[in-house]
Amino acid sequence: MAKITLDRLRHSYMSDPKGPQDYALKELDLDWQDGGAYALLGPSGCGKSTLLNIISGLLHPSEGRILFDGKDVTGLPPDQRNIAQVFQFPVIYDTMSVYDNLAFPLRNRGVDEGRVKARVEEIAAMLDVTEMLGTRAAHLSPDNKQKISMGRGLVRDDVNVIMFDEPLTVIDPHLKWKLRSKLKELHQKVKVTMIYVTHDQTEALTFADQVVVMQEGEVVQIGTPVDLFERPAHTFVGHFIGSPGMNVLPAELRDGAAFFAGQQIALEGAVAPGAGRHEIGVRPEYVTLGPSGIAAKVRKVMDLGRHSVVEAVAGDTKVSAIVEGAAPGQGESVHLTFRPDQTRLYRDGWIATKQERAA
Amino acid sequence: MRKVNQKAWFFVLPVLILVAFNALVPMMTVVNYSVQETFGNNQFFWHGLGWFQDILRSERFHAALGRQFLFTFLILIIEVPLGVIIALSMPRKGFWVPVCLVTMALPMLIPWNVVGAMWNIFTLPDIGLLGYFMNHVLGIDYNMTRSPLAAWVTIITMDVWHWTSLVVLLCYAGLVSIPDAYYQAAKIDGASNWAVFRYIQLPKMKQVLTIAVLLRFMDSFNIYTEPFVLTGGGPGNSTTLLSIDLVKIALGQFDLGPAAAMSLIYFAITLFVSWLFYTLMTRHDVK
Repeated sequence: MAKITLDRLRHSYMSDPKGPQDYALKELDLDWQDGGAYALLGPSGCGKSTLLNIISGLLHPSEGRILFDGKDVTGLPPDQRNIAQVFQFPVIYDTMSVYDNLAFPLRNRGVDEGRVKARVEEIAAMLDVTEMLGTRAAHLSPDNKQKISMGRGLVRDDVNVIMFDEPLTVIDPHLKWKLRSKLKELHQKVKVTMIYVTHDQTEALTFADQVVVMQEGEVVQIGTPVDLFERPAHTFVGHFIGSPGMNVLPAELRDGAAFFAGQQIALEGAVAPGAGRHEIGVRPEYVTLGPSGIAAKVRKVMDLGRHSVVEAVAGDTKVSAIVEGAAPGQGESVHLTFRPDQTRLYRDGWIATKQERAA
Repeated sequence: MRKVNQKAWFFVLPVLILVAFNALVPMMTVVNYSVQETFGNNQFFWHGLGWFQDILRSERFHAALGRQFLFTFLILIIEVPLGVIIALSMPRKGFWVPVCLVTMALPMLIPWNVVGAMWNIFTLPDIGLLGYFMNHVLGIDYNMTRSPLAAWVTIITMDVWHWTSLVVLLCYAGLVSIPDAYYQAAKIDGASNWAVFRYIQLPKMKQVLTIAVLLRFMDSFNIYTEPFVLTGGGPGNSTTLLSIDLVKIALGQFDLGPAAAMSLIYFAITLFVSWLFYTLMTRHDVK
């Protein structure tokens, strides 16, 4: 087990990258603490799989270093890094039994059979696959196959990190939840660093202690699921996480006060001085409909059972609000208010307000 | 009770007629000949299973059958591993893929009698490229029309040249269908190259390899044109394979009865070996 450090890491798939647009990964400095459960979250093509393959050693970075516990492993091949990786599609060795599949990484490293047996049985018990050990792996269901490929990572007790590359893609929805909680449980048991790559916010937020949000080859925010939800550092994070995502409204900044649709909006705190494109960010959870506030017209109401998502238009900007209880009808005029301590100003996408500590 | 629409049988009729005319009827005429004897004048007499007994006891048949099995065994034992090795060393992507594929496919595009004629000229001791090189440059006495060994080496080499590509292309198709993740996982699991071949590539190639071996078995067991054009079955009878012998009996000696009986035995052997092999290879998949 180890702490993983990414030191000024950059990667381009081109042989001669010209500018930052040619890089699949833009300069990255990151520390993954030993034993942490991390999620790497971002839309398809944001560079998360590239980053994963660089950590596992399947890909050699164009620039920068990877350190495991301070030791430079940039030049080492995957098998010498002591890592494990679970892929999008379950990789199992069809002709082998489940037992042999689990034993494979150990046998390749010349571990004696007695030790192999002990480890395989221990891991099988952990994964609830003990009764399948004798069957041929080819006949398993996708979720069990994925468990076996996970097991091949867990079976070695010297792994530095286990990485998951969108491992639930091919799993049936009702089994996804089961496998996810199994994963969480395993992490608590074995305390190996785990990095979980996904574009699904639910998977990331339920699995990880720390979520790394990526966009276009850059890390936009690292934080706990609560951080990401409560105080997105970038409008992208606000948009990407949450259902529906944060409202991002075009705003004007005059004398340190923000205006939207002609009205001054109270913010969580003081705005850092500077210029740029300004936007107000507020989550639909903190938008309320009331007798006063910004005038808007209801365009759409989605009844989600416990609450409704009201989509209103103020001026020509769409604002979503989550309403508990009775929702207004379509076409009705409403007034919107934003909860000030949850309303922030973003400059060129990045957060520009300082949170005022409640006394 | 469910009503079954018996009219659906009419849909099968065209196929039935087609199969009847291209397989059943010709085959039944062969069956017809195999149980009759004639003294000319188009008069036939019932001969029972006599021809079959004669053929099965005939030393000439045993010898031809032995040569046939030897030929098929030799080409399979060379072409299958060679094909697998070539397929493994072919590039998976990039500029060289089409180049390799087309180069591989070329020998298979040449008509069989042309292949025989080509190799015949190629190996002529005094003017053929290979023949001249062997005799006059390397100083090895190489003459297909005199030495049975030279004739055997040549027909085997010719078949390997002509048909290894089939094994290569089928194996290659199996190999490119393996997702990269398998190789990556194997790398992470610390698998050796041999283990990658044994547990990833070979299992994925098993299906196409079964087909390849089956096709190569049937084709080589029934081979006629190429060795006939190349050696004509000689020197002596040394390269007279089953099909060549069969044609000699049927069209050379015009012994229709024995030839028909031999055809049926020949057919039964091909069918049985193919069935046996296929059943053995796919036995595990059913479980």
